[in-house]
Amino acid sequence: MTRISGIDLPNNKRGMIGLSYIFGIGKSTAKKILADARVNENKKVNEWNDQEINRIRKSVIDSVKTEGELRSEYQLNIKRLMDIGCYRGIRHRIGLPVRGQKTKNNSRTRKGKRKTVPNKKKATK
Amino acid sequence: MPRSLKKGPYIHYKLYKKVLENTSKKVIIKTWSRSSTISPDFVGFTIAVYNGRKFIHVNITENMVGHKLGEFSPTRTFSRHSFSKKKKKN
Repeated sequence: MTRISGIDLPNNKRGMIGLSYIFGIGKSTAKKILADARVNENKKVNEWNDQEINRIRKSVIDSVKTEGELRSEYQLNIKRLMDIGCYRGIRHRIGLPVRGQKTKNNSRTRKGKRKTVPNKKKATK
Repeated sequence: MPRSLKKGPYIHYKLYKKVLENTSKKVIIKTWSRSSTISPDFVGFTIAVYNGRKFIHVNITENMVGHKLGEFSPTRTFSRHSFSKKKKKN
């Protein structure tokens, strides 16, 4: 099992896909990291030897923010908006879409599961 | 799409003039210009931003630089949906 920045990488996948299991690394970043560490892209994760793993680890640490560090950065950015009390911050606080979408219906990702209101009057025509 | 860098940030010229003139920072400046960007000179001021009904006082802090004045003066009121009816019946 290979561990990079606190995440177990899947053994039977190619390096590029394997690295993308880490939060903060997508395919293109993974490609850059592999090139930087001089590892063949087509090698699977369990075919990496120790030196290669060390080189990859080093280039991950040097080049990108990952996992906890990145998540806390996201949280700080949102917290900043909430603290200064601007429109976007308010939307974050009450859990509604932030970027001006309509909220008449849908936007369930932000609102969460539907809450049914008892005895809600139906629109009369 | 952001505004072109060539033009620089938009700040209503009268508002900007007032900010530069008042060095004491104690005067509350009324403004209708919600689309003005907050520049670093504004920090420490209290600006009353009109929201269509009344002026909302905004204390400008360093974090707010780069945002627009209107972002701090909401134009819509939404007082949450009341779920209280159900509770009363029970």
